[in-house]
Amino acid sequence: MPISCGLCEKRAMLKRPKTGGALCKECFFTVFEAEVHQTITSASLFKRGETVAIAASGGKDSTVLAHLMKLLNHRHDYGLNLILLSVDEGITGYRDDSLETVKRNQQQYELPLKVVSYKELYGWTMDEIVRQIGLKNNCTFCGVFRRQALDRGAMMLGVNKIVTGHNADDVAETVIMNVLRGDIARLQRCTAIVTGTEGAIPRCKPFKYTYEKEIVMYAYFKKLDYFSTECIYSPNAYRGHARTYLKDLESIRSTSIIDIIHSGECMSVSVKKDVKMPTQGTCARCGYISSNELCKACVLLEGLNKGLPKLGIGKPHKARLALGLTNTPDTTTAPGSQRKEGCQSCSCRSRPYAAVSDTPGCNKDNRLSSQSKEDNRLTDSIAKQEELGASYTVGAGGDSCSCNSDVQRETSASTIGVKSVLCGQDKNTPCACRKGKGQVGTRVTGDSPAVPDLDF
Amino acid sequence: MSKVTISMANSVNISLEFSGGAELLFDMVKRHDVTLPENSQPWTIKSLLVWIRDNLLKERPELFVQGDTVRPGILVLVNDVDWELMGELEYQLEENDRIVFISTLHGG
Repeated sequence: MPISCGLCEKRAMLKRPKTGGALCKECFFTVFEAEVHQTITSASLFKRGETVAIAASGGKDSTVLAHLMKLLNHRHDYGLNLILLSVDEGITGYRDDSLETVKRNQQQYELPLKVVSYKELYGWTMDEIVRQIGLKNNCTFCGVFRRQALDRGAMMLGVNKIVTGHNADDVAETVIMNVLRGDIARLQRCTAIVTGTEGAIPRCKPFKYTYEKEIVMYAYFKKLDYFSTECIYSPNAYRGHARTYLKDLESIRSTSIIDIIHSGECMSVSVKKDVKMPTQGTCARCGYISSNELCKACVLLEGLNKGLPKLGIGKPHKARLALGLTNTPDTTTAPGSQRKEGCQSCSCRSRPYAAVSDTPGCNKDNRLSSQSKEDNRLTDSIAKQEELGASYTVGAGGDSCSCNSDVQRETSASTIGVKSVLCGQDKNTPCACRKGKGQVGTRVTGDSPAVPDLDF
Repeated sequence: MSKVTISMANSVNISLEFSGGAELLFDMVKRHDVTLPENSQPWTIKSLLVWIRDNLLKERPELFVQGDTVRPGILVLVNDVDWELMGELEYQLEENDRIVFISTLHGG
């Protein structure tokens, strides 16, 4: 006995998890699109004339997002200039395939596409990094690099906003994880529909209230072309557990997901207000926002380029020593002003234990790697952005490896400088989180404005 | 496309599709046209899942079935209709039914 649609007479095709209502295909499309439009307008996500980068991985969420942004921009005349932005991590058999999907989307949706690659930005592909460091901590590199890469790409394009495909399930998952970790700072931010508004390119989540089931059903009924394979380097631990837990809850009571988001929103206003947030400074090398003297990506790269890949992984003070950094990052310095003329890329910086200030007049220009060149180029582009009055950031806290892995989740949140920086600005004050060895990063208060670290 | 045939009388021919990453558990083969053998009871999705586990799943069956149902996060469509509207496990399979399993658990 077929059930009929709650809005018309046709046969229902889908039971909505959010409401329990049954809808036919056409009514589902209408409702789905209208709800995303409602989310966009009620949160005033965009302004007419803005350029918006759609973070596109080729996966289901970003594919549906690209489709919908294109559709709604046209239907409701948002007046937005849309661009697809993809990050190529250089993972053979995974990202190369998904990028093919993005390229097809580009043609299907007639949107410009910008791909930024790790190779081009950092001088290394993930394949090369994994060959160097093995399958432990690789997701740290990927997560840190991706966050920056998306922002760097966005800066190159000069966009006003980035939209990501984070859906309601992702947000609920992140709420659960932050609760389980006691990460109050992230818990406060993780339900925000726009993140990174202070000095960063804002990131928006138009799918914040959209169930994954509906995204997948929408893609299926619309026959959208998306890519679904796990990252070949991905372990799948902590987020995987949260995900399984959430899916189990959903199967018992499907409103759980939206309820958890609601709880997260309530907690974010009711938790204590004096959670210490790191002060944002800028990376002395690349000029990105960082709460350390060097940003995570630069320290990780330094480690890779010096054949010490563990450099950015372990204890932060060791990394600082090895990099010859002082132990008191000046986080208040204006962008770019910490850069040491002439020493920005010279090999003197790679000398273990050599303080930067030891080589003030060094004019050597020995390249550590192509990364330094890239940094220069990026620094230039950042300078241009500054001239244009655009703000920027290390895309902090945002995406993790699409593998959703635990390792990466934790480490991308923290990476280096964790203890001294993330656990409170005042080094004389013991960190409230009292992290133990081996737990580094799990209770970090976060040094980054954006939040759920997911695939985008 | 793979063909799994078990010849018996009064069997049910259906097609199974796995996508969204669920195909990874089935040798990357998305579509399987299968013939379910004669059964003392009418075939339901519940008994179909047991049959899939025993006949099609090569490894890690827990990533597809949990207990007597599908792993939460895998959507099931019966002739393109959400199985939640079709009686879920109790739905009785008919000749030429098309059952689609879509994983939502893979990266987006």
